[in-house]
Amino acid sequence: MNVVTPLPSQDDIKDIIARHSQLEGPLLPILHDIQSQFGHVPQMAVQVLADALNIGRAEVHGVISFYHDFRDAPAGRHVVKICRAEACQSVGANALADHALNKLGGEWHMTTPNGNITVEPVYCLGLCACGPAVMVDGQLEGRVDNERIDEILTECGA
Amino acid sequence: MKIYVPRDAAAKALGAERVVKAIEAEIAERGIDATIVRNGTRGMIWLEPLVEIETSEGRVGYGPVTPADVKAIFEGDSDKALGNVEEIPFFAQQNRLTFARVGKTDPLSMADYEAHGGLSGLRRALTLTGDQLIDEMKTSGLRGRGGAGFPTGIKWDTVRRAQAEQKYIVCNADEGDSGTFADRMIMEGDPFTLIEGMVIAGLTVGATKGYVYIRSEYPDAIEVMSAACAIARDHGLLGNVMGSGNSFDIEVRVGAGAYVCGEETSLLNSLEGKRGTVRAKPPLPALQGFMGRPTVVNNVISLATVPVIFEKGGQHYADFGLGRSKGTMPIQIAGNVKFGGLFETAFGMPLGDLVNKIGGGTASGRPVKAVQVGGPLGAYMPVSKFDTPFGYEEFDGQGGLIGHAGIVVFDDTADMLGMARFAMEFCAVESCGKCTPCRIGAVRGVETIDRIAQGDGEAVELLTDLCETMKDGSLCALGGFTPYPVMSALQNFPEEFAGVKEAAE
Repeated sequence: MNVVTPLPSQDDIKDIIARHSQLEGPLLPILHDIQSQFGHVPQMAVQVLADALNIGRAEVHGVISFYHDFRDAPAGRHVVKICRAEACQSVGANALADHALNKLGGEWHMTTPNGNITVEPVYCLGLCACGPAVMVDGQLEGRVDNERIDEILTECGA
Repeated sequence: MKIYVPRDAAAKALGAERVVKAIEAEIAERGIDATIVRNGTRGMIWLEPLVEIETSEGRVGYGPVTPADVKAIFEGDSDKALGNVEEIPFFAQQNRLTFARVGKTDPLSMADYEAHGGLSGLRRALTLTGDQLIDEMKTSGLRGRGGAGFPTGIKWDTVRRAQAEQKYIVCNADEGDSGTFADRMIMEGDPFTLIEGMVIAGLTVGATKGYVYIRSEYPDAIEVMSAACAIARDHGLLGNVMGSGNSFDIEVRVGAGAYVCGEETSLLNSLEGKRGTVRAKPPLPALQGFMGRPTVVNNVISLATVPVIFEKGGQHYADFGLGRSKGTMPIQIAGNVKFGGLFETAFGMPLGDLVNKIGGGTASGRPVKAVQVGGPLGAYMPVSKFDTPFGYEEFDGQGGLIGHAGIVVFDDTADMLGMARFAMEFCAVESCGKCTPCRIGAVRGVETIDRIAQGDGEAVELLTDLCETMKDGSLCALGGFTPYPVMSALQNFPEEFAGVKEAAE
């Protein structure tokens, strides 16, 4: 479960940057740290990163927006990722995803109105011999059927 | 009493943690002296969680185990008993070289690693000259296991000959292809073999720093690899390598959900903290790679195979295989298949044997319609091509590719037009945007397939033409190989592209 955290201050961002300053190509590790601590990479971090790493704001924005993992706003309290890749499709992942999205009444990347669940597609979790696979707040589960996804969504507060 | 319960992500996804809790409770209740070892998976995923108990007759298996089965296992009357795990036909038929220790040992025990042959390859490598190291690799015939199949020894030689203050070994662990999990399995099940392979690569080419770039979708692999690197440092495998005076260290880096970062130049950009866009080649990464310096970029399996090559000799490895596809390949049998898992075998087994004899056909019990080999960029092979031997050139000759050796099985309910559309959609989502054929072509491809689905038969020619353009004009394999699944679906299952209008007439 994602704990709601206050927005970071400039010093919070600078502290994270300092922890990685000795790395070669530190931007991704920094962004991962910011996101794991604050649930997203806030807009205010862009300028701080640009100044600290001596690159343009556009470049920082370009990196953040390139990668599926980085969010510019916090996700719901729980993130449910459903695998859409071929191996899971061969054992019914499309029907499973349709079922889940119908139940929640939305599309991929949706967050439920109560803010409890964000649903995202994922392209392979490496569980290709035991699909359909899902990842709930970082926990993996294989051979998920409609009944099980209903349980998961209920547990997450759908 | 030693009890093994895998810590592999697939075993955990199927309930291994709950089984461990039940075993711990049972041990406490009975007051017996027993330890639980969290091994890697044997690769028989349909049996996971596969619990093993060490006995005088070898390791006896039970699977798939649920918490409710635990009591009976201790009573000795479990109906999940499988006998000696290594005698299960799926396991017994393999030639495990790269995966020799996976599933047997505790992945984070250096003592266990050494007791099962670990570090002997490195010890031997430390006695060889640079030329001898390269020769051994060339003799082995090892080709890049990420999919491209480029001879590893030649790549290393290029980096070795390059002059630079700093060189790098980069391990590509961005295993994004659907149907593949061999990289994950070895990182979670025998991480020291990857570390040892990278150290030998470093010694050979004169690199002192290595990176393992692991995709963020693999939290377990990230955890085990990071822990293994720390242990390797404590044991002198990293740092001052085995006290030899050669220096080498490894840093684990985590990707951020971009499939294209499995392409080596895009991975290097990502590692440098940039957008994961593809670089034009030349310059080769071997000469101007990470930070513009000479860099070996190898797949996990390529590097993890290096220790056994040095332990047993390049010729021993090369004696397995077929034609120019030397050695063994960890083939991942996945999707709608009865016995799914990892099957390491010498190159050359016919595709149909892998699917039907080893894999046991579909899990649904329906007839096999097609198998996609080599991930989302691999061709759909129809049953009529099941006699194709598993090898690089053999698949190429049949309009396919082996890629990272994942086989995804589909039964006769598969919608091939839908799969072709998905291939284009996936390419559109994951395109890095650098080259036009991929960035625009994939979007137009989805639209064109939708036109075909609506009965516009003329769009078939347009799709074919578009695929030619993507194949010839794309900068990397994402745009360049997306035509494989699309065209193979179209050519092998033309009736599904006939369109509803014509079908209705």
